Amino acid sequence: MDNLLSIVTFTPALAALILVLFLRGDDAAARRNAKWLALIATSATFLVSLFILVQFDPADTGFQFVEERDWLLGLEYKMGVDGISVLFVLLTTFIMPLTIAASWNVTTRVKEYMIAFLLLETLMLGVFMALDLVLFYLFFEGGLIPMFLIIGIWGGKERIYASFKFFLYTFLGSVLMLVAMVAMFADAGTTDIPTLLAHQFDAGTFSILGIQIVGGMQTLMFLAFFASFAVKLPMWPVHTWLPDAHVQAPTGGSVLLAAILLKMGGYGFLRFSLPMFPIGAEVLTPLVLWLSVIAIVYTSLVALAQTDMKKLIAYSSVAHMGYVTMGIFAANQQGIDGAIFQMLSHGFIAGALFLCVGVIYDRMHTREIDAYGGLVNRMPAYALIFMFFTMANVGLPGTSGFVGEFLTLVGVFQVNTWVAAVAATGVILSASYALWLYRRVVLGDLIKESLKAITDMSRREKAIFAPLVAMTLILGVYPALALDIIGPSVEALIQNHETALAAGTEPAMQVAATH
Amino acid sequence: MIQADLNTILPEVVLAVYAMVALLVAAYSGKDALASALTWLTAALMAVLAAWIGFGGSGTTVAFHGMFHDDGFARFAKVAVLLSAASVLVIGRDYMARRDILRFEYPVLVALSVAGMMMMVSAGDLIALYMGLELQSLALYVVAALRRDSVKSTEAGLKYFVLGALSSGLLLYGASLIYGFAGTTTFDGIIVAAGAGQTPVGLLFGLVFVIAGLAFKVSAVPFHMWTPDVYEGAPTPITAFFATAPKVAAMALLARVLHDAFGGVSADWGQVIAVLSLLSMFLGAIAAISQTNIKRLMAYSSIAHMGYALMGLAAGTAFGVQAMLIYMAIYVTMNVGTFAFILGMERDGRPVTEIASLNLYARQEPGRALAMLILMFSLAGVPPLVGFFGKFYVLRAAYEAGFAWLAVAGVIASVIGAFYYLRIVYYMYFGEEGEGLDKMQSPVLWGFLTASAVAMVLGVVNLFGIEGAAAAAAATLVN
Repeated sequence: MDNLLSIVTFTPALAALILVLFLRGDDAAARRNAKWLALIATSATFLVSLFILVQFDPADTGFQFVEERDWLLGLEYKMGVDGISVLFVLLTTFIMPLTIAASWNVTTRVKEYMIAFLLLETLMLGVFMALDLVLFYLFFEGGLIPMFLIIGIWGGKERIYASFKFFLYTFLGSVLMLVAMVAMFADAGTTDIPTLLAHQFDAGTFSILGIQIVGGMQTLMFLAFFASFAVKLPMWPVHTWLPDAHVQAPTGGSVLLAAILLKMGGYGFLRFSLPMFPIGAEVLTPLVLWLSVIAIVYTSLVALAQTDMKKLIAYSSVAHMGYVTMGIFAANQQGIDGAIFQMLSHGFIAGALFLCVGVIYDRMHTREIDAYGGLVNRMPAYALIFMFFTMANVGLPGTSGFVGEFLTLVGVFQVNTWVAAVAATGVILSASYALWLYRRVVLGDLIKESLKAITDMSRREKAIFAPLVAMTLILGVYPALALDIIGPSVEALIQNHETALAAGTEPAMQVAATH
Repeated sequence: MIQADLNTILPEVVLAVYAMVALLVAAYSGKDALASALTWLTAALMAVLAAWIGFGGSGTTVAFHGMFHDDGFARFAKVAVLLSAASVLVIGRDYMARRDILRFEYPVLVALSVAGMMMMVSAGDLIALYMGLELQSLALYVVAALRRDSVKSTEAGLKYFVLGALSSGLLLYGASLIYGFAGTTTFDGIIVAAGAGQTPVGLLFGLVFVIAGLAFKVSAVPFHMWTPDVYEGAPTPITAFFATAPKVAAMALLARVLHDAFGGVSADWGQVIAVLSLLSMFLGAIAAISQTNIKRLMAYSSIAHMGYALMGLAAGTAFGVQAMLIYMAIYVTMNVGTFAFILGMERDGRPVTEIASLNLYARQEPGRALAMLILMFSLAGVPPLVGFFGKFYVLRAAYEAGFAWLAVAGVIASVIGAFYYLRIVYYMYFGEEGEGLDKMQSPVLWGFLTASAVAMVLGVVNLFGIEGAAAAAAATLVN
């Protein structure tokens, strides 16, 4: 099994190919076959991916399961995982079958829907495993195509606007990264990520059009990568595509967007920005930290004012991603551990919240908060599950949401007390919008005529939520399960970062002084 | 001596003789009964010639005292030209036949123009260059106006002729300046004159005129004005031809002039080409946004793509030429597929070119819509499709040659350009139910469309080996 990662990555694509080539017609039988094939393929992928977890050695901080093949232009097809990426791979394979199951009620163009999701899974998995710059870019950007179609074809009323905005926004961010990748290729002569991680990029200060650029190439490259990842994550102020995309996307699309696609941005920061351009990162850390804090406070306030449930959760996602960037750029063990943990936990929680919205949307076909109220009377099981994930979203101790927020705050406190202080108010704000949403939708008397006949969750829906509840609880109670895997790799990352800083800052500063 | 020279240009001779014989036979037999057979025959001959040149040729041979160069670069360009011309003849035949414009002149003229292109890419002398270029252009002027009873088609032909003549004039003026200052018309002589310490200003002046003349042929901004009108006016198979083979030939010719004759002053022309490239990318991207006619849209798309190919050329390095060749090969493959789709767009048997008519095409014909979707994303340069690699090559070439600003501008233009490719996808997949199109009948079109789309996906593995071929070709041109 020396090509385990490729098997995991391409199993869904293979299933998609089978659907394209062999499934004809659009009758009920064809639809059922498409759904079952997709469910089986994604579940199989998850089961196979468990082998990765079992055989993974947390003590080894290098890349494991590495596969290497020559490609064109001196590029390589190189895959591998380390402590930072392995859990994202598992998160993706874990969420996918649930997403497919949650999409069981899709009736229009089912075959195409499943093909798009399966291809998207392959591309997402590739992002977390690629160990070649261009290969990474291929997967990273390729994901735009299926997501564009998912929003555009199966989305809501404003889907066209949302899909174009989604595509062009993220595309613009990424092409700048492409230029930076070309520059790295030219500078280092390779696109091999492990080699690049050890490569020192020039950080001498120079000026362009009279503007002094401290940190030189590193700062510019950092900014180019930042443009891409900040849009993807998304960070304030380039987050505006996310609420539109979330609101218009079908439930399955929203879940994937929140649970996995956003994480690519955070993963990118950890894989590229921080270790490859340590001096550029050092120069721009204050900016990133304050942007994160603004995101946490501002988008929480915006969330308070929303009338659309999905939009509210979308803004809450932006706020939670603010903790992630804050933790990453605190650049210490707690901060980065917390950031990764927060991303994983947000994957479960935000995914579940979008599923919660999907449950009632399927019944009432509206996401307006005002259209609901008193659901607890007719849907007790739903009320319980929604309550659980609302609390997890707020960061109640005992759920995984708490661990991530707490660790990132601890991490950033050591770096910048003010940032930590302002960010901590976000915890309060998140409680207010989340609990208020819950009260308006679930609690109170059931007075609306239209809701009188609403039914509680079916067995299929309960089954979808069960694993998510379990993961949120397990990780909340025993976070070491994940942190033990993440820890050693993060430690190595920080060590490299600090040596690079120590080695790089002095000459850079000397150059700056002589100018 | 003459024997060896003739041997070197044997493929060109075969094609030219074939064209003339075909002309005589068809003219004497009268009617257009032979037209269909001739089209197939011409396409087959071109495919055979492509195989012959591609697999047979090796090394560098110079014939007719430096007038004609047969080298790896020329062979690469010739294979691309021949194959694309053959494909276009095949996919267009049915369309022409059903509209009663499949005259026997059509394949003959295409064959003559391809002979001209083969001459162009092998030219080693300004006179040979001009001969090839004019042979190609004259044939193209006529085919643009092939539909004699259509105002638009004749207008396209006339417009193309007038502007083309103007560009030929510019080119000749430049050539005469170069001759005046270098004292020779052979590239081998010019490169000595241009490289000898102080380059005469007149020589550079001449070079700029030659570049302007050739920029007309590749439709680079600001010499692009004829493109949208001619693309729209000409019958669609002819448009497909314009968009493919002549572009490759003209781009290859430009590369040859720049490197063979002016290789020593690449710093001077690099700037000029970079500006042409920048303007083409942006104009192509922005002007296409508001188009409603798919043929006009493809015209602007080709302008933008020429901008990217020029970016590789602007680098002035062997890698830049390699990037340009790869870009052109990918571009041609995508365009053949896209035009195979456009040729099949019909309603009640009449051709439709409105983009809006593609409304919800995906529901009607999922397979074809998927193929077109792949081609559109590939044209937009979105990974993991092959179109992305074309962009990646030229970006790297430009960056390494110090044109980082051009690379940044290029990627920004590609985002703007992505919008209109997405718009076609939007009509096909997200649109509203409207009057549909007829079912696409021809298996030929279907085959080319699918093959092109599949190539865009599978090419990711190794680009079908054209990387090595292009590298070898570029090495013979730049040393």
